[in-house]
Parts: sequence; C-alpha cells; structure tokens
Amino acid sequence: MEVGRLPISASQRGKLIRAGYTTLSSLSSLSPSDLARELNVTNSEALEILKVASLNSRLDRTDGGHAIFNGAQTAWDMLHEEQLLRRITTSCADLDNILGGGINCKEVTEIGGVPGIGKTQLGIQLAVNVQIPVDLGGLGGKAVYIDTEGSFMVERALQIAEASVLDMVEYNDLLRKEHRKCQVNLKPNDLLESIYYFRICSYTEQMAVISYLDKFISAHKDVKIVIVDSVTFHFRQDFEDLALRTRLLSGMALKLMNLAKTYNLAVVIFNQVTTKYMEGSFQLALALGDSWSHSCTNRVILYWNGDDRYAFIDKSPSLRSASAPFSVTGKGIRNSASNHKRIKLM
Amino acid sequence: MADKLIKEMGLPKSMANVFAARNITTAQEALALTDFELMLLLDVGMAEVSSALARISEIACPPYQTALALMEQRIQKEGHGGHLPTGLKGLDEALCGGIPFGVLTELVGPAGIGKTQFCMKLSLLASLPTAYGGLNGRVIYIDVESKFSSRRMIEIGVQSFPDIFNMKGMAQEMAGRILVLRPTSLSKFTESLQQIQVALRQQQVKLVVIDSMTAVISGIIFCLGITDKEPQDNTYLVGISLAEFSRIPIVVTNQVRSQTRDEGCQYSFQVRSTEDPVGYDSHLVAALGINWAHSVTIRLVLEAKSGQRFIKLAKSPMSPPLAFPFNITAAGISLLDDYGRELKGAEINKIHSHEKAKEGLPATFLTVRQKPPPTSSYVQRRQTLRPHSGETRHYSDDILWRAHDLRPVPPRSCLHPD
Repeated sequence: MEVGRLPISASQRGKLIRAGYTTLSSLSSLSPSDLARELNVTNSEALEILKVASLNSRLDRTDGGHAIFNGAQTAWDMLHEEQLLRRITTSCADLDNILGGGINCKEVTEIGGVPGIGKTQLGIQLAVNVQIPVDLGGLGGKAVYIDTEGSFMVERALQIAEASVLDMVEYNDLLRKEHRKCQVNLKPNDLLESIYYFRICSYTEQMAVISYLDKFISAHKDVKIVIVDSVTFHFRQDFEDLALRTRLLSGMALKLMNLAKTYNLAVVIFNQVTTKYMEGSFQLALALGDSWSHSCTNRVILYWNGDDRYAFIDKSPSLRSASAPFSVTGKGIRNSASNHKRIKLM
Repeated sequence: MADKLIKEMGLPKSMANVFAARNITTAQEALALTDFELMLLLDVGMAEVSSALARISEIACPPYQTALALMEQRIQKEGHGGHLPTGLKGLDEALCGGIPFGVLTELVGPAGIGKTQFCMKLSLLASLPTAYGGLNGRVIYIDVESKFSSRRMIEIGVQSFPDIFNMKGMAQEMAGRILVLRPTSLSKFTESLQQIQVALRQQQVKLVVIDSMTAVISGIIFCLGITDKEPQDNTYLVGISLAEFSRIPIVVTNQVRSQTRDEGCQYSFQVRSTEDPVGYDSHLVAALGINWAHSVTIRLVLEAKSGQRFIKLAKSPMSPPLAFPFNITAAGISLLDDYGRELKGAEINKIHSHEKAKEGLPATFLTVRQKPPPTSSYVQRRQTLRPHSGETRHYSDDILWRAHDLRPVPPRSCLHPD
C-alpha cells in the first residue's frame, strides 16, 4: 500500500513523499522523532502519521485464517446471521409474504408511490410495529421517524397504536391458551413515546440528521428502525446543481446503509414518483433519477390496481418480483378484503 | 438551522480557524462537501474532519421529540387539539376535528364548484370567538384571482351565526380580522409571503388562505403536470414552513385542467389496459401536477356528479377516502349527509364536473336552477344583492361582487330588504 492512500492531510502527504517515503513498509521501522526531524513537523504530528500508517498496514496484511480481510465475512456466516434476524411486520400478511416475512433488518428498503397511496401510513405502521415485544414475535425496539414533509400526524399514530395494542392483547390471549404466560402491558402512549420524531426543513438538516444518527443511535441502542419520509422532498425542490444532488444523495445512502449494518436495524426510505417519458408514452417512475435507484437494497412500489392498493417488489437481491394487495384501514395497514366495509374511525 | 455559523459551534479553535480561512462559514456549506473534499480543502487529517463533521451535524440537526410529547404539546397548547373545525360535522369527524394546524390543506375542483365559498367560510370560522367554535384570531387571505367577496362573506356569517353577527359591531369586528391581499405578480406574491412571515409573529394570525395556488404558479410556467418541469421555485415551500412553524392551518386552492389521455398513471411494470378508450374522453385532473401533490398533506376534491356536488377526502393521512354530498346555500357550504361514502381505487382522484358539459352553461348556474335550495332561494338572494352602483353583472359565483369587496360593509337592512 502506498502513502498516497493514507487518510492524512494533503500537506503531510506531500511532505512524506518529498522525503522519499512512498510505501508503508518504509515507514514501519521509523521512530516518531526521526520522522519529525526529517519531515520538519512536530513530534505529535509525526506520531499521528505513524499511528495511521501502522493501522493501515495492519489492515493491509494478508495473513490467512478465517477472515482474510478485516471486516469480511464468509457467506456461510452471513446465512446464519440472516436466519437469526427478526423482521418487522407490516401488519398485512400478503405484504409480509412477498417481503419474505416483513421489512428486513440490516437492509435499506425504499418504498415509493403516488400521493395518497399510503406511504406515510405504512411509515407510521412500521414505527409502531417495531415495538411489538419479543415475546410476541416482534423486535421490541424503538423507532426514529425523520419527517421532511410535515405529514406525520400524531392523531393517526395514536389510532394505529391503539389498534396495535388491541391486536397484541388478542394475540396474547391466543398464546395464553397454550399455557404461555406473558402479559401485554404496553399502552398506546408508551408506543408513541418510543417514536423519536425529527422534523427536517432543508436538505442541509437532512444531511446533518443522517450523520448525527450515528451518535444518536449509539446512545439509544434499542432503535431498530429508521424511517425517512420522504427522502425526496428537499432534494426535489431547491436544487439547481444536479451533480451536487447526486453526490449528496449517494453519500446519504451510504451512511444509511452503514447505520443499518452497524446497529443491526432496518432503514426504510420513502420516495415520491415522477413521470418519465419511456417507450413513447409518459409513465410513472420513482423520483431522484437512475443513479439513486442503485443505492437501495430493496425497492417496493405501491400502486393502484383497479380499486385496490398493491405493492410490487421492483428490486431485491433475495426476493422474487411479486405483487400483493394491501389496504389502508382505520386501524392502519391491513390485508385487503375484497368486500370493502366502511371502517369507522372514531 | 442550516445557516448556523461554524465558528459558534464550539469546534476546537484551530479547526474553527481553518474553516473560516477556507471561507466555509455555515453548516450548509460544510455539509454540502464530502469528507474527502473537506480533507483536501482544509488540509487536515481524516480524524479531525470526521470529528468536526460530527459536531457540525449534531448542532445543525434539529432536536427530536417523541411522538407522545408532540401529542401532549398539541393538546395542551392549541385550541381544539390543533384543528380548525370546518363546521361540517362529517368532515370534521373524518379529519379528527377539522383542518389540522401546521400542514398544507388543498382544495381542488372545477371552476364555480365552491372552493372560494369554502375558503370564505373557513376564514370566518377562524375569526370567530373561541366560545363559538372559532380560533379568535386574524386571517390572511391571499386572493390571487380577485374572487374574495366581503359581502358574500358577511352574508355567510349572518346566515350561519346569526347571534354573533346580529350583535352590534360584531360583523365589523369579524370582518376586520380578515386581511385580504391581492398580489398581481409572482414577485408581489413572494413579497407578501415574506410580509406574512413577519406578521405571523406579531399578530394573532390563525389561518392563511391562498386562493389560488395555480394562478400563482401558472403565471410562470405554462405547461404543468405532464412532465417533471414544474417550477423549481420554492414559493410553496415557504408556505409549508410557514404553516409548520407558526402552527396554523394553511389552505390553498388548486384549479383543474383537462387531460385527454391517461398520461403517466401507470408504472412500466403494469400491464396496459387494452380496452383503454383512447381519445375524446377527456377528464379533469388537478392543474398542479404530481410533484405538487406530494407536498400537500390533505387534499379535498370538490366535484359535481350527475347534478350533485361532492366533497371528497382524496388524500389524508388520518382518514379513509370519503365522499360527502354538499350544496351551497346562503349560509355557505353545508353537507347534506354527515355519513360519508367510502371510495375505492381510481374514483378517489377523479374529478367530475358533469353539468358543465351538458348545455355549455356555467356549472353553478345550472345547479342552482335545477335544484333550488330548500330555504331562501339562492338565486333570489343573489339578485337582491345587486351591487349598489347598479351595474349589471354576470351571476356566476366568481365574478359577482368582484369590484365591491373593499367597500365598507353596508348596514344589515341593505343586505336584507325583506
């Protein structure tokens, strides 16, 4: 490995190269004071350079064994880990089926759809569902909800939380018949208390919150889902510089992916739709362009099919492409019933 | 928060100086660069850059709240739990109490369906004293198309809240709380939005109405909706942040335009419906396209279908899509039925304006003639409200009373000769 790739400042790198140190091995046997003298820098600076260099050369070393590269994992280990992972249910069995059991942890899932299809509803539902206790097959985690559009409705979250608590009690009663004792002592208010809500008003704040999440989640380890509703909004309105937009978006996607991996949580981002001229006609497509569409692991599109709402798996490395109906009811996201009954809200 | 100064973020002195020397003064500028760009630009190591960025992000990031705290705050601090009741029982129930504070609510509908009537009623409601279910505050009404009519508004007031408006001086006080702005160009509009931002802090403004948003935006870009070439300009963002931070409801109206083909309503993976009746069956869609539609939180569609007007909750995060039949009487907009009908699928976003096609008469005129409201006839009432100058006018919702809005309100006897 060469000195040019060390994460040190450009002027220090320049000094190193000028003094003839081009490879890491040439730095390995130096003492800090020698280096300081030769580069004409302070002792502490030289020490820093050597620290960075030794760290990097250790990464570089290829000594056999299980993990050849630092941080790498064999596919077999990954398989085991994946099997242990729990998924976050969407409360709609059909949707869970095509998603392979629900929203996956450690992955970034993008969900898009036309206005009014139920994106925010799904977001709120997931923020509530992530809190289903482990005894009942949930994750018992907390949720971070990043709202860029101001569409998060606390009243609606309460409705969904209430319905969810009722469902949990009912499910628990079923379980208890099989002599398993566990008490549901969650209240709707507790569910609301575990949703950390960030209201974002500009793309800078969006960038800031995503970098800050790293620190926030390391302080709140029980956060199991991060919901960004929607990623598009600020990037769509006040952007002239498209190159900057692409760069920022891909940076953001990387950070989110990193979060998902490091803290073992699910990241769900919502996207808006736009119309695109394809094959001689205008068609709907998710916004933010083609380069963005590479950044998410899974992509789900919500759409109208006749009178029903459907979800379609547009992209996923592990799931086959399929679609399933769902419906938005007073209780939240549920299975689509063919006989649409009016569900009273109050 | 994006404009926070880096030198005030408590970074180590040397880092703060480096940022200042490279002319990166705000969080926005710093966060628009990647780590490596910053390393090159500032000439410092990775560790310093990332710790500085972490610090900047932390400061620039707005504080979080739990959803519970959010709810408690709204219930405690705001009248009616953060909603402006519309006085339409069914609609209020569906919206958990009315038009919510802090979000953008949009009214879409064909010309003459009653959008302006609805806006005027809302303005009145917001200005009413709290004891009568109002918000007891001022209203800013941005009237882009010069449709606001103070006479009509007073009439609605007198009819729907007789006990308040018959009190001496109350009509004047209520009407005095409604400030009408008439910007004639986009620059004036932006200017008035800025004025409003200032006014919101000082005055007790409880509602902002923009009638109509289409007129504002279509002034700049001719062809909207089909392509993604919508105005890049962020006037409506101003609207949203306005609503959010002052926690007041913002109501905007949107016009309709006709669309001949089913352009852009399917994804590429969807099978094209073959029996698609190509051609002459044009239908109405909201004038501002899909990009705009994403930014409104609640969309109410007003439409007319086989002689009956309906108000539909086409997009709302808190209720199913419901349709309520309504009519417009002397007392303003009122529901015929408080128990809405739930809509399915494509019906939700369709906008009908049936009468219009029949005889080429303005839609409202026809409705009024066919179905005179049970109480005092609307048409008659309109004729008694002939402007005092005696000019002849067209009797359609929008242009009646136009030139007379800013005159002093005539005494009651003049409004009701009977």
